Amino acid sequence: MITLEHFLTLGAVIFAIGLYGAVTKRNLIVVLMGIELMFNAVNIVVVAMSKYLVPLALQQAPGATDDAAVQTLLTGQVFAVFVITVAAAEVALALGIVIAIYQTRRTADMSELKLMSR
Amino acid sequence: MTPSGLEQSTAYTVVWWVVAAMSVIAATLVVRLKDVLRAALALVGVFICVVVLFFMLNAELLAVAQLLIYGGAISILIIFAVLLTRDVQEGSPSNALQIPALALSAGFLAVAAFVVNNTEWRLLSNANLTAAAQERTAEVFGNSTPWLAGLLVREYALPFEVASVLLLAAVIGALALLRER
Repeated sequence: MITLEHFLTLGAVIFAIGLYGAVTKRNLIVVLMGIELMFNAVNIVVVAMSKYLVPLALQQAPGATDDAAVQTLLTGQVFAVFVITVAAAEVALALGIVIAIYQTRRTADMSELKLMSR
Repeated sequence: MTPSGLEQSTAYTVVWWVVAAMSVIAATLVVRLKDVLRAALALVGVFICVVVLFFMLNAELLAVAQLLIYGGAISILIIFAVLLTRDVQEGSPSNALQIPALALSAGFLAVAAFVVNNTEWRLLSNANLTAAAQERTAEVFGNSTPWLAGLLVREYALPFEVASVLLLAAVIGALALLRER
């Protein structure tokens, strides 16, 4: 049977892979892909927590049946909605920056972008 | 809430393990493949696996949003960026930080796995809810989309509006970046 721990561990594994990719890769776009992997891992974790954990309103009142208490079950899904929104904005901007850099410098290699080092 | 019959079935477990294995393999391919375009396609594979996971977690709206935004828009954007900046001979090289990064990721994974397995999670399945509350819980997860919509436009109305400003700023920013030349 699949439990909360299964989902959380899967999220941790994908996050670790994404972290490795984001730190080691020299191609700007592959770094972005690593960041996207981390976003997705976090989304899996918050949605799984929303499904398996008791929200505070139901912890304090185990008999609560009103809409205000019951709807807090889906708080994790709301977080995932905002993560997806921010990820979409981030990708649009980041890829714009990558292409702008490529137009002026003819490279998408992180190690060749040393504008800010002495 | 006791888990429904579907979640205790063997089919659910088998599908979960297959999807989990596919997503981990695809994620590994993203960071290991030399060809950036193939890495982008592996990334699309991860997105699709996450869609299935969202369906398995009763998050239908999120699953569809994930498919449209990640599987559609973001993957197309990334593939276009790959095609526009392609260095065929360079591919996707790693920098000198491979060993420290591997140690960092493994350390993170070890800490996360330790925390996950040693925390006393307050699970819904042993929360001593009354029968009426359990019924309401099943109702919310059985039909999560209207509940999520209600939560978004009532409790989280302000972040929801701020998110639209953020998206507008991102659109204007991306346009301003690329039309300078």
